[in-house]
Amino acid sequence: MWALSVNNLSKNFGGIKAIRNINVNIEKGKIIGLIGPNGAGKTTFFNLLTGIYSPTTGEIIYNLNSEVRTKDLKPHKIVHYGIARTFQNIRLFKEMTVLENILIGFHNRFKYGVGPALLRLPSYLKSEKNAYENAEELLDKFNLLDKKDELAKNLPYGDQRKLEIARALAAKPKLLLLDEPAAGMNPAETKELSELINWIREAFDLTIILIEHDMSLVMNICEEILVFDYGNLVAQGSPEEIQNNERVIKAYLGEEVEEC
Amino acid sequence: MKSKVNKKILNSVFLIALYILVQVMINIGIIDSYYELNLVIIGINIILAVSLNLITGFTGQFSLGHAAFMSIGAYTSAVITAKLNQPFILALILSGIVASIAGILIGIPTLRLKGDYLAIATLGFGEIVRVIAINTDYIGGAIGFNDIPKYTNWTWIFVSVIVTILLINRFLNSYHGRACIAIREDEIAAESMGINTTFYKVLAFAIGAFFAGIAGSLYANYFYFIKPDSFGFMKSIDILVIVVFGGIGSTFGSIIGAVSLSIISLFLQGIPELRMVIYSVILFVIMVYRQKGLLGKKEFKLFKNRKKVKLNVGAISK
Repeated sequence: MWALSVNNLSKNFGGIKAIRNINVNIEKGKIIGLIGPNGAGKTTFFNLLTGIYSPTTGEIIYNLNSEVRTKDLKPHKIVHYGIARTFQNIRLFKEMTVLENILIGFHNRFKYGVGPALLRLPSYLKSEKNAYENAEELLDKFNLLDKKDELAKNLPYGDQRKLEIARALAAKPKLLLLDEPAAGMNPAETKELSELINWIREAFDLTIILIEHDMSLVMNICEEILVFDYGNLVAQGSPEEIQNNERVIKAYLGEEVEEC
Repeated sequence: MKSKVNKKILNSVFLIALYILVQVMINIGIIDSYYELNLVIIGINIILAVSLNLITGFTGQFSLGHAAFMSIGAYTSAVITAKLNQPFILALILSGIVASIAGILIGIPTLRLKGDYLAIATLGFGEIVRVIAINTDYIGGAIGFNDIPKYTNWTWIFVSVIVTILLINRFLNSYHGRACIAIREDEIAAESMGINTTFYKVLAFAIGAFFAGIAGSLYANYFYFIKPDSFGFMKSIDILVIVVFGGIGSTFGSIIGAVSLSIISLFLQGIPELRMVIYSVILFVIMVYRQKGLLGKKEFKLFKNRKKVKLNVGAISK
């Protein structure tokens, strides 16, 4: 079963071809790594998957909650299709508390209208109560419960990364996109993170795609790796295959110059 | 649970006592018409500031057209009460609704703009409303609208202020309100969490405009007379100054800002030459020493329902 099918996907910014004709199927339930040198188009690929950019050509078919084939994906609809993401430069709601950040992740699960909220009707009280309980439960799983009333901006860096993942999971996604989750972490934190990623995949029944420069993390937890270079998908395979792939080595280290 | 209920009762008792106290003082003449006038101005300013704070402070959309919504409300109310002879309560509600519709109509095209661009667009909207009012003879044109019946009194002001604060506060403590705050914090992240940002910006605009319209209606039916220039660019700036002074993103700050700035300009009325200078200096000092306004984002306990809601709903389950 595939979760995501990308057909002939391209994205141009003026004369720059950021993504060139990519075809790939993402299998359900796997952890997939997306690697490549800086400027290879990895984040652009994420932004295409989440509707922040619309593709120049090609299409993406989502098969998460139900099969969706769309040309013009609105970013706020992706949660509905079963996708959630984190960002390269952490984008938490800084002036809101940890708990409120999670509540925002629940946004699509609330049903009451503005009227019941203004009148404090039972439907309002009941769903707020449920949301608070679920949010605390989720925070507990991430060991953030004791910090629930702190402002997100006051959390240490590692906890901010964790909170961003927890917030994404609050939206109940089937596919989680992580953009450089280990950036700025030390080896111990990275190790903890890889355990966390493995655990959430099992616990929340997820397909995970992650962009990462930390090769130890990628080789450790990814079952499949996609390598991007200059907007092209240059290789796809298991970590062992990728490590020995000549085109990948060329993309990272450059070509050897024949000496005369 | 018990203490929370007691607190609610205590708050209500306090508000009722305040209302009765002022009403009695008006009746026996301790508060003369001059002080009553200032009470009305303070009340109207509170409504304007709290509603603008929803748009600018909580949703993060910088608007310079708030006086235009007030203008629309004032003229709507004037037409309904003076020309059509309808009851004031109808005029009050319709003023809010008409201003709110104007807010939606102006919001849909302009709210895709950000920061400075949105400010300029709303500024333009304010001017359009003013120029239309000047050139419409039915509502008095540049001369102004005369002989509006006087309905607004302490009771109307008091009830309107309480209802405005209560409803906006309740809105902010719902998931709709949290969505608005999330947009202020990070629009891209909010969108990726499933928040329809355009919808919520327009919603915040519509609610803010609704209460500005109510404020306009109260204004028109107190002062007998309105003219387009009363609701110009400077009036929008006045309201914005109150919000910034009190603390962007704090309802209680807006109330404190409205009360203290109204009192400051009341005291400075005696020295008109120096009034604007001193006013500016006070603002200057606030901005240098407290950039986030008097209260920053802090809320007075009465308004901080976040925890209260949780405790209340928690109690239901028991």
